[in-house]
Amino acid sequence: MPTKTLAGTPVDTDDEGYLVNHSQWNKDVAAALAAEEGITLTDGHWKVLDFIDTDFKERSVVPGMRRLNKVGNIPTKDLYALFPDGPIKKAARISGYPKPVSCV
Amino acid sequence: MKTLLILGAGTAGTIMASTLRNKLPKGEWTITLVDRAPDHYYQPGYLFMPFGIYTENDVRRPMTRTVPRGIDYREADVDRIDAAANRVLLPDGTEVPYDVLIIATGVHPAPEQVEGMVNGDWRKNVHEFYTFEGAKALTERLKSWQGGRLVVHICEMPIKCPVAPLEFTFLADAWLQEKGLREKTEIVYVTPMSGAFTKPVASGILTRLLDEKRISVVHDFAIARVDAEKKSIVSWDEKEVPYDLLVTVPPNMGAEMIDRSGLGDELNYVPTDKHTLQCKAHANIFVIGDATDCPTSKAGSVAHFESEVLTENILHFIAGQPLRSRFDGHANCFIESGHGKAFLLDFNYDQEPVTGTFPLPALGPMRLLAESRLNHLGKMAFRWVYWNILLPGWPIPLVGHKMSLRGKNIPPKEIKAAA
Ligand SMILES: Cc1cc2nc3c(=O)[nH]c(=O)nc-3n(C[C@H](O)[C@H](O)[C@H](O)COP(=O)(O)OP(=O)(O)OC[C@H]3O[C@@H](n4cnc5c(N)ncnc54)[C@H](O)[C@@H]3O)c2cc1C
Repeated sequence: MPTKTLAGTPVDTDDEGYLVNHSQWNKDVAAALAAEEGITLTDGHWKVLDFIDTDFKERSVVPGMRRLNKVGNIPTKDLYALFPDGPIKKAARISGYPKPVSCV
Repeated sequence: MKTLLILGAGTAGTIMASTLRNKLPKGEWTITLVDRAPDHYYQPGYLFMPFGIYTENDVRRPMTRTVPRGIDYREADVDRIDAAANRVLLPDGTEVPYDVLIIATGVHPAPEQVEGMVNGDWRKNVHEFYTFEGAKALTERLKSWQGGRLVVHICEMPIKCPVAPLEFTFLADAWLQEKGLREKTEIVYVTPMSGAFTKPVASGILTRLLDEKRISVVHDFAIARVDAEKKSIVSWDEKEVPYDLLVTVPPNMGAEMIDRSGLGDELNYVPTDKHTLQCKAHANIFVIGDATDCPTSKAGSVAHFESEVLTENILHFIAGQPLRSRFDGHANCFIESGHGKAFLLDFNYDQEPVTGTFPLPALGPMRLLAESRLNHLGKMAFRWVYWNILLPGWPIPLVGHKMSLRGKNIPPKEIKAAA
């Protein structure tokens, strides 16, 4: 399991760079993960990350686009503008949660 | 008298009515079953209708033939569940009180969820095969097909029978060859997933198969709208895929009634304990089949395995005991691959599909994750099994609700991870 240092914090990740231990996550780590994706976090990004955080704590799964839209009030268009190319995967990684799996 | 009420007389509702009628004393329990449709449909058969393999009558039977004896059956479009008052409301104002409720109202394609999908081109060049009407319309459309760009497309996950769009693609490839139209047809498979399938071992094998059949794949495509004028589908990040014929799987939503009752999530699926099948919000409501939000396939085989667990748990619940039976997510799916062959997948919440033999180690006779004629015969025999064994609630020999690891070739990495 790879270990690296982000924003001065040592974190454990899986092979695709998703944190395996959410307790190692904080806002600075999020900013560093975002920077790896070429993203500078703004309030708009944080609205998404905060919703994912609350929702994951409640349901133990990363919410999909429809849930972010309907429950989190985040238009899908905005989501793509904030996190281009695969917004859910990127937002999940930056918020320190596992890669979302869609069901078989 | 007490009432056990079942909403939906599809695969899961019918199986539950059959099994519980045998278990609950007739003098103590009325079993009421409600569905809005006059007919029961064998949905896996929709896949075969467009290619002339099944006719309309192969996939449809009147409810009078499928509803088991000893059941109080009502044809009605359920308006709402009033869970606080333990009653269900029908459109004519009738109230049906219940002691125990089972929700089995499934999911249905909802094309109106995608901008521009239900437009002038709907059922002309934009089709689906997830409903009886849709499969019929597509059958007619294919009769006049002369070649061009055939785009097979999934709008969003989850969908019921998630392998059906792949099967449609393989069958279309074979059918076009027979008709001498394959060279004139470009086939494109468009999916919101990152590969042909979500689980790595199966995805690798299926990707190779798509490749061999010269079917191109567009992955990570999240549809924003259908542009009927340009005849293309457009993604949220403005990628475009043009089509001459679009065969799409619209978003699969749970019944609107679930939403009206305040019992659903953003897709109108009912939040359900994935092991006990109890509704998370109400102890005397249980959920089975496609209507749940359980993280396994929405499939008839799953509904069947769940029915064994749910029957036991309902008996525990009625007896005031803890719900001891646990569902492991077991799913068993055939994948029709064309030219009289098929694959077989067997998996659960924890174990992804792998190669091996089924249901017996080494002996099989069916092979997992490999193409064979016997798998195809298994798939075709399933229609008979469905009407005659599954719906009446008989057990399927050798195949239980708990997935077996015997006969499966599990990669060493996973055995370590599981240990
Ligand atoms: C094209 C296709 C291919 C498939 N292939 C396979 C396969 O190969 N293998 C496999 O295992 N599965 C397959 N499936 C999936 C399988 O058909 C479903 O998973 C299964 O039927 C689910 O059973 P269910 O009882 O949960 O829902 P359904 O069988 O869909 O039943 C739901 C019932 O609820 C009723 N209903 C809904 N709302 C209301 C309301 N408000 N009031 C009254 N009644 C209502 C409906 O009329 C319906 O009869 C396929 C499905 C499709 C569409």
